[in-house]
Amino acid sequence: MSKLMTWIDDRFPLTPLWELAWGKYIAPKNFNFWYYFGSLAALVLVMQIGTGIWLTMDYKPDATLAFGSVEYIMRDVQWGWLIRYMHSTGASMFFVVVYLHMFRGLIYGSYRKPRELTWIFGCLIYLALMAEAFFGYLLPWGQMSYWGAQVIVNLFSAIPVIGGDLSTWIRGDYTISDVTLNRFFAFHVAALPLVLIALVAAHLIALHETGSNNPDGVEIKKQPKDPKTGLPLDGIYSHPYYTVKDIVGVVAFLAVFSAIVFFTPDMGGYFLESNNFIPANPLKTPPEIAPVWYFTPYYAMLRAVPSFLQTQVWGVIVMGASVLIFFVLPWLDRGAVKSIRYRGTLYKSFLAAFIVAFLILGYLGTVPVTVWGQFGDAAPFYGADRATVLSRFLTLVYFAFFLLMPWYTSRDKTKPQPDRVRWK
Amino acid sequence: MSKLARILLVSLSLGLSLCAGPAFSQGEDGLRLVPAPINRLDQESLQRGARDFVNYCLNCHTAKYMRYNRLEGIGLTPAQITDNLMFASQKIGDTMTVAMTAKDAAKWFPAPPPDLSVEARFRGRDWLYNYLLAFYRDDTSESGWNNLVFPNVSMPNVLWQLSGTNKLVETEYDEHEKAAGAAIAAKGLSMLEAKPGGKYAMLTVAPDVPGTMTRAQYEAFVGDLVNYLDYMAEPVKNERIHLGIIVLLFLGVLYVFAYALKREYWKDLH
Repeated sequence: MSKLMTWIDDRFPLTPLWELAWGKYIAPKNFNFWYYFGSLAALVLVMQIGTGIWLTMDYKPDATLAFGSVEYIMRDVQWGWLIRYMHSTGASMFFVVVYLHMFRGLIYGSYRKPRELTWIFGCLIYLALMAEAFFGYLLPWGQMSYWGAQVIVNLFSAIPVIGGDLSTWIRGDYTISDVTLNRFFAFHVAALPLVLIALVAAHLIALHETGSNNPDGVEIKKQPKDPKTGLPLDGIYSHPYYTVKDIVGVVAFLAVFSAIVFFTPDMGGYFLESNNFIPANPLKTPPEIAPVWYFTPYYAMLRAVPSFLQTQVWGVIVMGASVLIFFVLPWLDRGAVKSIRYRGTLYKSFLAAFIVAFLILGYLGTVPVTVWGQFGDAAPFYGADRATVLSRFLTLVYFAFFLLMPWYTSRDKTKPQPDRVRWK
Repeated sequence: MSKLARILLVSLSLGLSLCAGPAFSQGEDGLRLVPAPINRLDQESLQRGARDFVNYCLNCHTAKYMRYNRLEGIGLTPAQITDNLMFASQKIGDTMTVAMTAKDAAKWFPAPPPDLSVEARFRGRDWLYNYLLAFYRDDTSESGWNNLVFPNVSMPNVLWQLSGTNKLVETEYDEHEKAAGAAIAAKGLSMLEAKPGGKYAMLTVAPDVPGTMTRAQYEAFVGDLVNYLDYMAEPVKNERIHLGIIVLLFLGVLYVFAYALKREYWKDLH
């Protein structure tokens, strides 16, 4: 074995590459629960690519055949049902893992200097992932596939002057059609996976340049070195320590993942919508068009913004801004410390309000705006849908978290950040 | 797991249970469905359902993604399938199609009968069960029938000889609470409807002219049919759940070893 490695290393830097990428990567020793989700996101990406390749072998990107080919995979292809459920569950779990990964970055200040580019590459991955999910959702060619794509592409037609032509250009037709299905298939299986892989590489290269943050926000690279090991005082090698730790995380994650795949692959209509079990019908608009759960916070914001000056473009702008605002987070935060452990009540309150707003918006995006009825005549909002008024308020809370951040983080009463990491 | 993680998980699960809670008891349209009394492991019920499906449904409706030999999954032999359940010149590997073309269907019916292969995953078991019990006589409709679960449906009550005919019963109440209470007390399929003048009506169907089956027999008949429709929508379901238990047991054992390995390596760190 070692002779073979020497033979290879003389011709190709396999060992140095391994050590650079993982083997000798020095990480803080105090990673907690929240630090599993990076490696889990990589796992899900690999799983999606693997199952995706196998699905492509039997899927037909053709408006007359697509729906039937999915049923063919579910019924006639050996283990096709498992591959398909892994892929559909994987799509949702990708977002679960990525949202938790982003939340980790948020609470421990991982986006802050010097890791701004790691954060920005991460935001780009999030955008690419949304596009990947959107293109992929059209492929089963069910009613929700069709009308969901219709709604999202129509968002572009709200843009003044060029909107109409732009949405026609995206569809390649005047409605969502076979042409659209073919190009979305190309984006979903070739273009965006390549973009995603490139961005993940950039995300990791940037991370390795600065080193990982940790729950205490301590920069281990600035610590004195341990004379015995030559490592920073709180640093350990990823391998074997985080290799064996991440395996525990992977097994736990796979248990949750398998429970969904085998026992409730529809996830009560949240992962596979019941309306998508009827073939796309361009002549029949479903009574309720709701996006899949991972888009619903943004969808709720889109619906909440009223039209103004006879255009609906404001909702589209708000929705776009709500995603893009993540990019400037490193420059909005003026706090003296990175981690939530040493932040004051002001930051914690704003963060809590943000999370609550995001979750309630996510719920409201899945239900009709009439869900809670309307305000009665006693209230100042007479006749308005209660859910819409709350969505508007929560949209303000969402943006307040970002836009007021320079103010509340610089005024916050923080605790001093230690020089060494704490366990747990 | 940190304190924060625990707080988040607890609040998430609470939030989810709050969101999920009301959706099941009463639909937005005021419809109150009876849960379908079906059992996916009851092979005899599935076989009766398959028999009734090919005899009563598979004339107008197709199941074009369902192959006849998939009926082996409910305990039938290939000979039993070809002898009892296939009436034309199909082969056992064929899918369940009918002679009527889509073009003819569009011409002959107000709306073409939908393919039923995955209908149970679209409508849900309870909806289908109640739908088949909710037909009533309506002389104002084109077919002479109407349906409480699917108002103005174009499908007539093709099973009327078995079920007999039902009539619509409408009871008016002054308050929403009273109507809702009556719906719960009815212990069956019911619908609430707002009426002019702030009143509420509770709608149910009641037997009128008896058919060849008793009410209980017909409910069992519909139960078998829905059980079969549910099987047909995902024939692999039982196998999937069975495999899931094995996979989770395996992962449980693997977790013990993975955790022990992690502890072994990490015990040197201070």
